[in-house]
Amino acid sequence: MGLLNRLDNPYETGGIILGTLEDILNWGRSKSDWYLHFGLACCAIEFMSMNASHFDFMRFGIIPRATPRQADFIMITGTVTLKMAERIKVLWEQMAEPKYCISVGSCANSGGPYWQYGYHVLKGVDRIIPVHVYVPGCPPRPEAMEEGMMKLQKMIDQQAIFRKRQRLAEEEKLFELQNKG
Amino acid sequence: MTTTKFIDIDFSKIESDRMRLNVGPQHPSTHGVLRLEVELDGEVVTNVIPHIGYLHRCFEKIAENMNYQQVIPYVDRMDYISSMNNELPYVMAVEKLLGIKVPEKVEYIRVIMAELNRIANHQIAVATFGLDAGAFTPFLYLFRDREYILWIFEKASGGRLLFNYFWVGGLANDVYPTFKEDVLNIVKQVRKTNKEIEELLIYNKIFIDRTANIGVLPADVAINYGCSGPVLRGSGVKFDLRKDDPYSIYDRFDFDIPVGTGEVGTVGDCWDRNIVRMREMEQSCRIIEQAVAQMPDSGDVQAAIPKKIRPPKGEVYFRAENPKGELGFYIISDGKDKPYRVKGRAPSFVNLSVLPEISKGYLFADLIVILGSIDIVLGEVDR
Repeated sequence: MGLLNRLDNPYETGGIILGTLEDILNWGRSKSDWYLHFGLACCAIEFMSMNASHFDFMRFGIIPRATPRQADFIMITGTVTLKMAERIKVLWEQMAEPKYCISVGSCANSGGPYWQYGYHVLKGVDRIIPVHVYVPGCPPRPEAMEEGMMKLQKMIDQQAIFRKRQRLAEEEKLFELQNKG
Repeated sequence: MTTTKFIDIDFSKIESDRMRLNVGPQHPSTHGVLRLEVELDGEVVTNVIPHIGYLHRCFEKIAENMNYQQVIPYVDRMDYISSMNNELPYVMAVEKLLGIKVPEKVEYIRVIMAELNRIANHQIAVATFGLDAGAFTPFLYLFRDREYILWIFEKASGGRLLFNYFWVGGLANDVYPTFKEDVLNIVKQVRKTNKEIEELLIYNKIFIDRTANIGVLPADVAINYGCSGPVLRGSGVKFDLRKDDPYSIYDRFDFDIPVGTGEVGTVGDCWDRNIVRMREMEQSCRIIEQAVAQMPDSGDVQAAIPKKIRPPKGEVYFRAENPKGELGFYIISDGKDKPYRVKGRAPSFVNLSVLPEISKGYLFADLIVILGSIDIVLGEVDR
């Protein structure tokens, strides 16, 4: 670890890290996300593969939790039926802020193959809870799910913690300006 | 000085209030989205009511709107752990309706793929059963091996889990050139790992204590409930559609049907159901070896059938031995290019119905083990 060796003599070898508190907090937050796994259908089997030997999901600093109260983000993996949708809403409301959601697979994204004739399938989990990362595929490969996880980490890394409203308003202004021009 | 006085109480005569506990629908050990309403007396289970329907995906309604080939991907998604085995009875039912015969090579590839998927399914079943009983390491070993099987499927069909590989009248495409060597390597690897798993899990004292004499399912109850697959064979009934009602080319192979014998406990307990799956993997290996030896190298993988198939008016029922049990498809044709009705007889659904019967009187922790030993897939239960 090159960075840690420098800490032996921080004043001479440049072992001091300068940064905003926000960056450091976000760095810590993004590297230890605990998830509430919500395995619903076929994607959950690929999710099991990802947790097993070859793909080793835990290298992202991730620990599976069985209760929403300890989880940082929720992974919706599979077809969301209308009967299940209420439960997902309740679980999402039980999670503590800040919370995130990854929607895995076509079914959770949009209803997937059941979009047209599925009278009993919710056409996208984003109709009931906010989704931060979408992972496409039917089912997505474990690598795709890991990519989704990296996207979420990147998102958390760049998130505003302090002066949130002010900065969000600034960002919105910038966005509007860009869209006009 | 006071002396402790023991009072003789017969605890079985004391009636306490029954507690109702809700397991699921989101629970790590319900194998999906099953909800169990459990009635407990202390820690003893007095009644279990399974509530299903959390993964209802309108298979039969969708099949009414699709033509015959388009139904195959939806058949995949019924029992998503063993998709190849699901496709087999469906395409064979349509072929029976059409009255066509597929080329020799196709039959062999179908059998090899189906048996490989049977191994993959049983690997998940044993792995998750180990997890339910508290053993994590076998899960890692078995999933490592399962990945190798998935690589073969991926090379042949393009999909890791859901394949759409068996088509009506043949296959989507031919297998790749080194297919045979890869399959034989898998067989070797599966045998090696199974030996490890037997030492690590199956004959482990803790595992035997957790599973033997638990959830005993007598043979007559299993038959009355219509159970099939390892659940039925675990109770000592020698019934396997591959032998008793041979379809495809299963009559050409030499293999045994493992049944539960009550080796460490009673016949039909959780340990027996699990060991049947372990032994079946070995038998699948034997079938695969014979099929690879007999498989012709050249030949078409698609029978000459028109692109839009219109079977004659009529109905057909075709059943096959899924890893979970007897999977049947009942298709009614009205002469158009879309089926009038497709009904699936799902083994998981029937096997789940026996759960309240066999889990009464056991502890709550045993209920999780019993549910794991039945090995259900909710996609197939709800369809």
